[in-house]
Formats: sequence, C-alpha cells, structure tokens
Amino acid sequence: MENIKLHYDVDSNDFSCAGEASGKIKKALKDLGFDASLIRNVAIAVYEGEINMVIHAEGGVIDAEISPEKVTVVLKDKGPGIPDIEQAMTEGFSTAPENVRALGFGAGMGLPNIKKYSDTMHIDTEIGVGTTITLTFNF
Amino acid sequence: MLTVKDLQQKGNMKVLCPDVLPDREITGCYCGDLLSWVMSRASEGDAWLTVMGNINAVGVAVLADCACIVLTENAAFDDNALQRAKENGVAVLQTEKNSFETAVLVSELLKG
Repeated sequence: MENIKLHYDVDSNDFSCAGEASGKIKKALKDLGFDASLIRNVAIAVYEGEINMVIHAEGGVIDAEISPEKVTVVLKDKGPGIPDIEQAMTEGFSTAPENVRALGFGAGMGLPNIKKYSDTMHIDTEIGVGTTITLTFNF
Repeated sequence: MLTVKDLQQKGNMKVLCPDVLPDREITGCYCGDLLSWVMSRASEGDAWLTVMGNINAVGVAVLADCACIVLTENAAFDDNALQRAKENGVAVLQTEKNSFETAVLVSELLKG
C-alpha cells in the first residue's frame, strides 16, 4: 500500500469549523477499514489539536500520513509558542480566555488528551514563532 | 436492550434531531459540560447528558461515538448545532429534568 497523505487548513477563531479536519481524518480511516479504537484515538487527538490552534494560535495546518505501520499526524501553527511545556501538559492547567471557556473548552485537557491518545508525541515550540506537534499512532 | 428511542419515550423527551430516531443501543451514560473532559472520558454508546448545546458539542458526540446527546434542563440547542447534528446523524434529545434526575432514569432503564 502506498502511503496516503492528507492535508487540512484550520481557520483562526472559527470554532464552528473546528472538528472538520478530525472528522475528515476519521472518515478516511473508517473508509480504509481501520480498527475503531485507533480511529477514535486519532480523531480525539486531532480534534484537540484543532481546538488548540483556534484558541491559541491563529489557525494552522494539519498533515496526516497513513502508512502500513502507523498514522503520523503533524499539527503546525504560527502561534505564540508554549512557554512551559511541562505546565501545559498538566491536566487542568489552561490559559484559555473566558469566552472560550463559556463554549465548553479550556478545561486544561487539550495537550494531556493528545498525549493520552497517541503512541508518541513530540512538541517543538518556539516563543513568537509557533508550535509543531508530531504524533504517531501505531497499528 | 435500551435504545435511543426507548429513552426518548420512557423519559418523555423532546426529539430535536433527527425526525426518525435510530434504534441505536445505549450502553452507558456520561454527564459533563467541559468538552475536552467529556471527549476523553465518555465511552462509545453512552447517552451524554449535558447543557452544552453548541456546534462543538455535536463534534464531541461524533468523535466519542456517543449514542445520543441529551440536553438536560431544557438547555438550548442552537441552529448551527442542529445543522451539524443533521449532517452527522447525531440523535439529540431534550428534557426538562436535570442531569442527575436523567442519569438516574438512564441507570434504571439500563438495569431493565
């Protein structure tokens, strides 16, 4: 099987579109006949990534590559960067503004959920430049 | 077996979407309004009880594979959310009862 590559743009400040990329990746994996729990893991991690891009960065891009062994997802934004990754990885820690919390987000679960549902997670962040998160999901 | 339709009928709930309820089985129940929290912890097949009736709640229900959303205390469901629910085939019910009362009902119905 040749690797399948998917690419999605995430708009800034558009909560109504958040979930489109994860929904499409979920559908693609489903159509390819992957295991339901793997699909759920990928979809949840990507959705959290999308939400983070909308809340904290001014949107971003998501690239997914499906190979015979694994799914690799790269979430890339040009946002403010993460000053303290360890703190950001703590469940319950959130810097989301009040208007975002009113929508049901900002529980401080985004990055912890991404880590929980992926097999490997690598965060590359630079203040003022942006953040790139690389995830793998093994079959 | 408890289906979404059974819950709607026995709980005297209003159907917001779709017009004809699916015979999908409800296998559990989860209560919560913080979307990331719910997405991480709700199980496939749960009836999800919440007051969060926005478009993102529909996204969470789809991703977490919940059997249905139950908006408790007659919480509002906005037009964007309704549209997204229709597109994704998400069953959405509404009840005047609060989440505790509704969870008790689901529990009793699940026990048969």
